[in-house]
Amino acid sequence: MIKIVKRDQPSKVIFFFTPVLAIFLTLVAGGLIFLILGFKPFEALKFFFIVPIADKYGFSELLLKATPLCLIAIGLSFCFKSNNWNIGAEGQLTFGAIVSGGVALLFYDQEGFYILPIVILAGAIGGMLYASIPAILKTYFNTNEILVSLMLVYVSKLILDYLVVGPWSNPEGFNFPETRQFSDSARLPLLFEGLRIHAGIFLALAAVVISWFVFYKTYLGFQMKVSGFSLKTAKYAGYKGKKMIILVFLISGACAGLAGVGEITGPIGQLHREVSPDYGFTAIIVAFLGRLHPVGIIFASLVVAITYLGAETAQIFMQIPKYTGQVFQGMILFFLLASDYLLFFKIKFIGTKK
Amino acid sequence: MHKFFIRSFVSSLVLLFTFTVAATAKDVKAAFVYIGPTGDHGWTYQHDVGRKAVEAAGFKTTYVEGVPESADAERVLRQLANSGHDVIFTTSFGYMNPTNKVAKEFPNVKFEHATGYKREHPNVSTYAARFYEGRTILGTIAGTMTKSNVIGYVASFPIPEVIRGINSFTLAAQKVNPNIKTKIVWAFTWYDPGKEAEAAKALIDQGADVIAQHTDSTAIVQIAEKAGVYAFGQASDMDKFAPKAVLTSVENNWGPYYVDRVKAVANGTWSQKDTWHGIGDGMVVISDLDSQMPADLRSKVKKLQADLASGKVHSFTGPIYDQKGNLMVAEGKTADDGMLAGMMTYVKGVEGDIPK
Repeated sequence: MIKIVKRDQPSKVIFFFTPVLAIFLTLVAGGLIFLILGFKPFEALKFFFIVPIADKYGFSELLLKATPLCLIAIGLSFCFKSNNWNIGAEGQLTFGAIVSGGVALLFYDQEGFYILPIVILAGAIGGMLYASIPAILKTYFNTNEILVSLMLVYVSKLILDYLVVGPWSNPEGFNFPETRQFSDSARLPLLFEGLRIHAGIFLALAAVVISWFVFYKTYLGFQMKVSGFSLKTAKYAGYKGKKMIILVFLISGACAGLAGVGEITGPIGQLHREVSPDYGFTAIIVAFLGRLHPVGIIFASLVVAITYLGAETAQIFMQIPKYTGQVFQGMILFFLLASDYLLFFKIKFIGTKK
Repeated sequence: MHKFFIRSFVSSLVLLFTFTVAATAKDVKAAFVYIGPTGDHGWTYQHDVGRKAVEAAGFKTTYVEGVPESADAERVLRQLANSGHDVIFTTSFGYMNPTNKVAKEFPNVKFEHATGYKREHPNVSTYAARFYEGRTILGTIAGTMTKSNVIGYVASFPIPEVIRGINSFTLAAQKVNPNIKTKIVWAFTWYDPGKEAEAAKALIDQGADVIAQHTDSTAIVQIAEKAGVYAFGQASDMDKFAPKAVLTSVENNWGPYYVDRVKAVANGTWSQKDTWHGIGDGMVVISDLDSQMPADLRSKVKKLQADLASGKVHSFTGPIYDQKGNLMVAEGKTADDGMLAGMMTYVKGVEGDIPK
């Protein structure tokens, strides 16, 4: 008989081992799915995970894709560590893109070194403003931040829709739902000629370093951790909970807003209805897969980014439906959550009984 | 599961076909980039039907579905251009800037962008269909079949393409029934079954007994079927989704154009073009006419179809007035392509304002 016993203490080894296990199980399950669909599993996995990053261009695209995921996930880790469930990073990204895009459009026919910093700052502020809504409602009106932040995603997308269809649409663009192209001064500089990887990656790396410092070297980080384990303890210890909640939401919003800036001033160069293929939601998977640890998040963002690229390559070369990329993302989260069970429970095998 | 079987059946058929014609296959490879899934039974589905026609003509093809119009489009295009494809069809408006950008880097690859207006490099062509001609037919049918004289129209985005469709539909309906009114609901989406269904319900509640659509899902015809009103299929023949409601469909038929262009690449005769084909060139096809329509209407529609094809009838023949009563097209004149391409005003008889 199999008996399930609660662990006295979550296992530290298993804590960092389960993400690896989840990825491994995803590969196995993915291989099985390919087999059922009638593809050679190893060949399919090769096209999915190796071919897309086999050359310099592919690797640069991986970094390009991982940049917003990493940035948002770092921001989310501030919230999640302290028991604040910000599900609306996609909305904060969108609103950041709206504000910074609006500023960039003001300067559409101008050039100057001062434009880009203003545009970037505007994006961070936009994200913070938007994240402050669920934070303030939670602290002062006791609303559920999951619901509020999620609903605000749809609001932000509708605001973006309205702007690009109406007042901000390109006057020379036959009313198609897109704005003018930004001027070169409002674009993030490219790192290498011919590749799309841009200076936004430094924003993500800076966020990684800063978050590591805050988490492990500051009093705020300690407070967040305690609140994460037990809100009651935090209250008992006399932490000013409200201030902290608002602060982590602002940090999270700023990161998401910056990710939005990176997309529109990096590869896209204008505002239109699809500034993000749901990076804000995918980053939730990244944050958990990375165990809310800055270094873990770097690796997790690379792993998840490759599921996007791999899906395209697998379709181009093997005609595997592109939507398998989303299946892979879903499976990673599923296996991670499932294997987290092992964190808190032991499985014991004791004799057989009839 | 059902879909899966159909898909694998179709793909194995295609595979079989590719093998049988492999001996005569030309070396030219064509790639297609789709905005939606190939199983949407609307826009992307019809482009994929066109792709299969290219396969059937003996060429190798590749497609990538569900490519968002975000930063990802550019990567997919570059990857296709880099992996030995000679001509790439980008089948959504939002691919316009990425298409032109990648085209610059790959001067030897031909790019064909659907529904756009930018041809910044000699290796970029654009193509679109005169769907408004099909809507002239739908308007004629709607105007005749309506009893409430209220016709509903689910629109996507207020761009000239859609406004033009609303206008040609309304003009044709007024011609057979001067009392009709066209009510518009803007769904602000090309494909969202939920939103489209809501829009259709709202129109039916307002008394519409015929619903036309310029969005791609089958939700609207299915709502119409339940409510017992008439509807028209969009992009593909949607009769099987709502046999009672659907009177006919306007099908997008890209196959002949695709085969033509890929052959041109193979022969070395490809050159930059801006193509705008209608019923006459077979890019716009009218599906079978439903037997619920009276026989005289059916023969009238057949004649109209032939006249539109031959150019004897033009969808926008004056006198045409806008909502305020200003003359848009004088009597005896027809609207030129420039006017059609930039059409941003409703004609008289359409209710409401264009959202700004």
